[in-house]
Amino acid sequence: MVLAELVWLVLLAPLAAAVALAAAGRRLGEPRAGWLGTAAVAASFAASLLVLAGLLSLDSQHRAVEVRLFSWVPAGNLAVDAAFLVDPLSVTMILFVTGVSALIHLYSIGYMAGDENYSRFFCYLNLFVFSMLVLVLGNNMLLTFLGWEGVGACSYLLISFWFSDEANAVAGKKAFVTNRVGDFGFLLAMFFAFGAYGTLDYAGILDGHASQSTATAILACLMLGAAGKSAQFPLYVWLPDAMAGPTPVSALIHAATMVTSGVYLLVRFNPLFEQASPWMGELVAAVGLATAAVAATIALAANDIKKVLAYSTISQLGFMFVAVGVGAWTAAIFHMVTHAFFKALLFLGAGSVIHGMAGEQDIRRYGGLARAMPYTATTFAVGTFAIAGVPPLAGFWSKDEILAHTWGANKLLWALLLLAAVLTAFYMSRLLILTFGGSPRWSAGVTPHESPWLMRLPLLALAGLAATAGVLNLPFTHDTEFLGQWLAPVFAGAHAKALGYAGGTKWILGGVAILAAAAGIWAAVSVYARRRVAAEKVERPLFAEAWGFDEAIGDFVGGPGRRAFASVARFDAAVVDGAVRGVAAAVRRTGERLRTAQSGFVRRYALGVAAGAVVLLAYFASRVVW
Amino acid sequence: MIVASASTQAFPVLGMLVLLPLLGAAAVLLVPRSRVELVRPVAVLFMSGAAAAAGWMIASYPVASGGFEMIVDQPWVAAWGISWKLGVDGISLFLLGLTALLFPLGALAVDPGHGHKAYYMWLLLLEFGCLGVFSALDLLLFFLFFEVVLVPMYFLIGQWGHGAARDSAVKFFLFTMFGSALMLVGILATAFLHAAATGGPLTFDVVEIAGAQSLATTTARWIFLAFALGFAVKVPLIPVHTWLPDAHTDAPTAGSVILAGVMLKLGTYGFVRFGLYLFPEASRFFAPLMLTLGVVGILYGAVVATMQSDLKRLIAYSSVAHLGFIVLGIFALNTEGLSGGLLQMVNHGLSTGALFLLVGYLYERRHTRAIADLGGLARPAPVFALTFMVVMLSSVGLPGLNGFVGEFLVLLGAFEAHRWWAVLATAGVILAAVYLLWAYQRVFHGPARGDNATMADLRWREGLVLAPLLALIVFLGVYPRPVLDRMEPSVDALVAHVELHGAPAGSDVAEPEAAP
Repeated sequence: MVLAELVWLVLLAPLAAAVALAAAGRRLGEPRAGWLGTAAVAASFAASLLVLAGLLSLDSQHRAVEVRLFSWVPAGNLAVDAAFLVDPLSVTMILFVTGVSALIHLYSIGYMAGDENYSRFFCYLNLFVFSMLVLVLGNNMLLTFLGWEGVGACSYLLISFWFSDEANAVAGKKAFVTNRVGDFGFLLAMFFAFGAYGTLDYAGILDGHASQSTATAILACLMLGAAGKSAQFPLYVWLPDAMAGPTPVSALIHAATMVTSGVYLLVRFNPLFEQASPWMGELVAAVGLATAAVAATIALAANDIKKVLAYSTISQLGFMFVAVGVGAWTAAIFHMVTHAFFKALLFLGAGSVIHGMAGEQDIRRYGGLARAMPYTATTFAVGTFAIAGVPPLAGFWSKDEILAHTWGANKLLWALLLLAAVLTAFYMSRLLILTFGGSPRWSAGVTPHESPWLMRLPLLALAGLAATAGVLNLPFTHDTEFLGQWLAPVFAGAHAKALGYAGGTKWILGGVAILAAAAGIWAAVSVYARRRVAAEKVERPLFAEAWGFDEAIGDFVGGPGRRAFASVARFDAAVVDGAVRGVAAAVRRTGERLRTAQSGFVRRYALGVAAGAVVLLAYFASRVVW
Repeated sequence: MIVASASTQAFPVLGMLVLLPLLGAAAVLLVPRSRVELVRPVAVLFMSGAAAAAGWMIASYPVASGGFEMIVDQPWVAAWGISWKLGVDGISLFLLGLTALLFPLGALAVDPGHGHKAYYMWLLLLEFGCLGVFSALDLLLFFLFFEVVLVPMYFLIGQWGHGAARDSAVKFFLFTMFGSALMLVGILATAFLHAAATGGPLTFDVVEIAGAQSLATTTARWIFLAFALGFAVKVPLIPVHTWLPDAHTDAPTAGSVILAGVMLKLGTYGFVRFGLYLFPEASRFFAPLMLTLGVVGILYGAVVATMQSDLKRLIAYSSVAHLGFIVLGIFALNTEGLSGGLLQMVNHGLSTGALFLLVGYLYERRHTRAIADLGGLARPAPVFALTFMVVMLSSVGLPGLNGFVGEFLVLLGAFEAHRWWAVLATAGVILAAVYLLWAYQRVFHGPARGDNATMADLRWREGLVLAPLLALIVFLGVYPRPVLDRMEPSVDALVAHVELHGAPAGSDVAEPEAAP
């Protein structure tokens, strides 16, 4: 009990470091600023472990501790506190957020070496971690929204970190604005919730009861918010552009943590799915499926190493949304955690490659890098097989669990998601082969080299996690589903769907999942290693152009959208203000005819008013004595 | 009903607060021409005195009070029932504070360049007028202050402004004069009709008139409209807003800061004090109209702001959008919306005040406000850029900074009262990000070329002027409670007052039910 209340320590460490870095970062200099940031996040992780211990010491049905700091927004019937909810779900989140963050901070000490805004980078990164922790720990929607917007702002600051390049600045703005569309939904969800429950506290909302239409409205609005933050169709367009930020940012914010907040949010609201219309879950699953499949096709034709990983992230988030949609809450969180490990690993690996290739990001100019970067290549391979779903690596277990639940919900959904899984194995193997395999394709003058130890250590740690994290939730018996057991109290309201079919089916589905991974890898090997099929047959222009969707939006915003805005502005200048000027001119003409108007008319009038006021005041002053 | 609690203090701090700037103006006039360098210190001294008085008032304000405090009441023109009556409640308290804070900062920020004596005298008179408006509890006194405000601002824009300053000053003056002319008619009608209805002596006492609610429903509605027009120009509401971008753009920096930070609130404050309080039924009757104008302002202001090529004009139109939120909150007619609207008045003053200061500093360096001429400024001026970023994000309504809490409460209150208006207004939240971030990107990001590459960073002196605003921007975002707690009793009392008198009454009860 006492230990769980130490949650404020988890938050304080990164916040204090961010403030310190903002105030004295430049004086600290390099690399001390980086070490300070890393130490703070590591301390936060340590505090999270204490909180975990505290929660574990409680009886499993009473593992929800509220820690109130102060009253934040009290107005009328609204009373929102700065208060935190420590329960299995939020503790799971803070553990992997702080853990992965600490490793990425460590990596950044090496990666950002020599940057002119070195200390500012760590300041933003710490601020991000703080915001992310507020997001997952908040005990009410408004505090979650504070974190939600905070991570968005940090994401904006970090995407446009190298702002002198216009493209980076544009990407940052695009991320923020697209997310604002989602925030519109989040805000409306809060209004609906307040109207229905009279509170924004999770305790009141999740234990309360609302009509079906209200519950549906809340979830639909939240879904819009989640789609923005977690880059789901059609709001995913900002995430590929967000790769303009430094690679550790892509790893931390745009792969492991922030982009999963939408999933977290929907999982947090799991009891409402029971009260809402059934189509709500179907909608979430459908959006997830569409995103998973479409993004996978784009990933297999992308040539920028970070873009491949970005579309891969979008696709994997789609898997998590499918899990949410079919009510497989544990599977969604499980995949979120394993994905954080292997995708952070892959991004850091990509960063290591980019680092060693003097900034080159085009995989067509890579090739044969395994020899020059053995550590990066090995760990990247672990990440690739983990995400592809090769047992016994972590991704296999979590993805298989999603697929198994999907089978139970809808066979067509399962089949299509399986196809997306095949594509995942394919494009990741393609990336691995084109980068590390084959013969060198890089231009003369580039000397690929392995990254320093500071960057290799996080790679090794994450590779270890990506390989073994499956043990968190093994489907063999009820007792080996540790994560499921641990999270069960959070899903008590919406009795988590157990795999409701015979044990045999489970094994067959697992076998099919392995076959799918194998098929994807085999196909990639045939195309890119053995070259039995021309790559052009796979990498369709439609995929390479991202289905033309982003471009269509860009064309609309830059074309008709902009013209519409401009015409409103012209209307304001010409018609509204024009009418005023017209009246003024008419008055002046009349005035001239009456020969009373002079150029100093207003001035004189103004002086008249002033004089009158002075007289009145003098009068008043003579009367009032105090 | 709001009852004036008779807390007459030993020390009339409110009267002192209002009169200090007037004394300051006199003091400035007395400074000999040969010692013109003394003008600014003298002016700032008096303004700081007023700021200290306001701070003391906020600190000593009884939190639980819902009525008027620190009342000063002296008969003035007894024959006509006009009195020098001042008072403060939770609604006006922080507007007085905001005024007293922004004036010294504006005076310190930028040197006028010429005519120092007149400049600071006008500034002090302007402060006197603004403080008077926010504390007057006599209709005619209020009107006097409301008009007094025009004159200094007219001269500040006209003589120390840029570009087509004269034209903008004239436009500003005519627009607001036009609005207040009708208001004067409304004030006289209110007082005379009230006296006729109650059979009592003629009085302009706001508390008395509001408490009696003696006017017939239809009459009250007409008079409300007369008031509303005057306030609508000041706010400004669409379509009487076009003086604002001109005046803002051409005004000197301090003028823009005061114009946006304080003077726009004269309109919204007027709606609360002389709309809702004096004419609760009419306020309810016209609430749908006002809400519509608010939402139109939010969306229209944002769209037009997006397409501006001048930084000051862009911020001016962003004010139209922000004030739309405030009007929306006020006419939600519930505690959440009204508290949010009041809080947002303070927030907008802080954020937009800071924005105009920053743009003023930018103009001093680069002698342009055209977005197209700027770019990449974050490289030569990182602290400047970061400061601008924080202020901009507060204006966007980022949680954790001041702008969010008010905006959220406004939308929440509006959603409770009128769902679809609130949904539309919430869409304005997206647009705010569009125009501000786009502008920021074009001004501070990208490559820095030409003179932009060598622009000086924020200086210590400038930083010190901005520091109090930045501190409040963060503080009110994290801990708005001290403000909300002091506002709430008065807001609750006002909401109750509107509910009590909200139904049509008087001789013409046959009117269709007007409650929205």
